[in-house]
Amino acid sequence: MTMITKRARKSAARLNFSRPLSGLFCVLMVVFILGPLAWLGIRAFAESWTFPNLGPDGWTLRWWSVVLGDETLGRAVQNSLALAALTVLVSACICLPAAYAFARYEFWGRRTFLIGLFALNAFPKMGLYVTIASLFYALNLMSTVLGVLIVHVLGTVVFMTWIPAAAFAAVPRSLEEAARDAGASKLRVFFSVTFPLALPGILVAAVMSFLASFDEAQGSYLIGAPDIMTMPTQMYTLVLNYPNQVAAVFSILLAIPSVALLLAAHKHIVGGTLAEGFQIK
Amino acid sequence: MTLIEEIHSTTPIHRETDAGGLRGLRVRGLHKVLGGRTIIDNLDLTVRDGELVSLLGPSGCGKTTTLRMIAGFLAPDAGSIQVHDREVSDLGAEKRPSAMVFQNYALWPHMTVQNNVGFPLKLRRLGKKEIEQRVDAVLALVNLLHHKNSRPARISGGEQQRVALARALVQEPELLLLDEPLSNLDAKLRVKVREDIREIQQRLGITTLIVTHDQEEAISMSDRIAVMNAGKIEQFSRPAELYSRPETEFVATFIGSLNRIEGALVNGVIVPGDDVVGIRPEDVVFTLHASFDARPAVVERVVPHGHFHEIYLKRDDATLRAFASGLPPAPGDRGHASIQNALTFRQGRLVTTTRVTA
Ligand SMILES: Nc1ncnc2c1ncn2[C@@H]1O[C@H](COP(=O)(O)OP(=O)(O)OP(=O)(O)O)[C@@H](O)[C@H]1O
Ligand SMILES: [Mg+2]
Repeated sequence: MTMITKRARKSAARLNFSRPLSGLFCVLMVVFILGPLAWLGIRAFAESWTFPNLGPDGWTLRWWSVVLGDETLGRAVQNSLALAALTVLVSACICLPAAYAFARYEFWGRRTFLIGLFALNAFPKMGLYVTIASLFYALNLMSTVLGVLIVHVLGTVVFMTWIPAAAFAAVPRSLEEAARDAGASKLRVFFSVTFPLALPGILVAAVMSFLASFDEAQGSYLIGAPDIMTMPTQMYTLVLNYPNQVAAVFSILLAIPSVALLLAAHKHIVGGTLAEGFQIK
Repeated sequence: MTLIEEIHSTTPIHRETDAGGLRGLRVRGLHKVLGGRTIIDNLDLTVRDGELVSLLGPSGCGKTTTLRMIAGFLAPDAGSIQVHDREVSDLGAEKRPSAMVFQNYALWPHMTVQNNVGFPLKLRRLGKKEIEQRVDAVLALVNLLHHKNSRPARISGGEQQRVALARALVQEPELLLLDEPLSNLDAKLRVKVREDIREIQQRLGITTLIVTHDQEEAISMSDRIAVMNAGKIEQFSRPAELYSRPETEFVATFIGSLNRIEGALVNGVIVPGDDVVGIRPEDVVFTLHASFDARPAVVERVVPHGHFHEIYLKRDDATLRAFASGLPPAPGDRGHASIQNALTFRQGRLVTTTRVTA
């Protein structure tokens, strides 16, 4: 009897204790995630912000006009969007067949390849780019679209291989066999069954690759600047030449495509018809 | 009076009577080694035109492997597979005239029921109108027209099973293959669906091979049953014959229930010997009063099975299990037990059947 009540009281105590703790945790999370964003938002409209003051000294849209008035910016946006789209396309063409092979076939060196892909990302990026740059000098690829594209594709290989490989592997073999049994050729099986069922995973990989390419700054700067400027590399230039409110404005602009893409993808991947297929095993 | 029948079993284990023509399925010398083990060992199997044959055996005996080789998903190491007099063992699964119903149904989740069933016809490049007509016809056959536009995930297990069947039937295959088609259904539904399958199979006269490990299912559906063990077919015969005249000890123990006693049966009494005597529990009769060739017995244990009871009877020569319906005796009750029928096996093969008649 006493044991039971004691235990009950103990768990009640734990409950009372854990509730404020988790509340505190939530607040901390919000501050950590939204704090910098809020700061960024305020900063983008601030006249100036001197140290002891809690708020900015005044409000202005000047920084926005500086950024939007910069004619190089338009080009940078175009470059970035086109490059990201091209990167996803090229990366998909190279990586998706590899992903399918990793998922469906046993071959020599399969594991080594998969781990090796991670190793590629584990390298300090700058070291890799410097090595690539010296190679590109020799190949006359510096300051060319192809050079920048290669660097961007390299950065997306891991996403475009691992995530689709998992998606392909998750397609039950019996679904493919059923299509073969129905009379479909191997190619037809892939396009009618395997690919549509792996599509959500492939879309996730495409979105991540797009964002990775969109945010890529170091390699693009090293290989492409000053002839090929993307939004992130343009930002280096702007930030160096203007007060740091401009950086805030630019960060917000840079985030818009990412957020838009994530929202669009979310609708398709989580809530849309693609998710429906996965209720059945 | 005791009547003993001698069986001269020098004939091969399974007898085949090809009905003249070569329509249907004919498998010869099928062999498969997997992971260093012989999984299918020189297997022969014939399914006559329009016949429903069950491949019945314990888990791991190679039923699925056999079916997958016939369907074309697995290449045999040796042997020939003929469907309607045409060698198919070199063809890929997509070129074979067989259609398969998968154990997990393998419906494509991103297509509606209608598109699932229509997919094989789309591959055959039939016109839109014809596809729709044939899909409607086959969906009507399996009673699923109302779910035409549903996704597989939204319909019940029994309905998914019927969609899978419809998808196979719409191809008008020369051979229908089913791998444990009922194992994912609950007990009640299983009985209904197996009757449905049998009814449709007979109506269409479609040559069918079903893999199952459920003997009740096999016995109730099949024209003939091939009992499989360790990659070989032990016996291939009609369900009733399988039960009353099992050719091997394995078949006798696998089909139904059996008292297996080492020794020999002489005048209704078990005596020591090198053979194996098999007695069906329903052939052991327990009475309270003495009777012709019954021996005194004590009830040791009573196990209820719903509509009948299983009674363990201790006689001075052996302990026997008997089935009894009606009011069961209680443990400790004394009475008399007699053996009505028995099978004698030597080295695993049936040598005699003994019928005791009063
Ligand atoms: N790829 C493989 N490599 C090695 N052994 C295999 C392979 N595939 C199947 N086996 C073995 O072959 C044997 C027969 O398998 P199979 O799936 O045909 O059995 P089954 O009769 O269908 O059994 P169940 O009733 O459990 O489905 C099993 O012992 C299995 O372990
Ligand atoms: Mg099996």
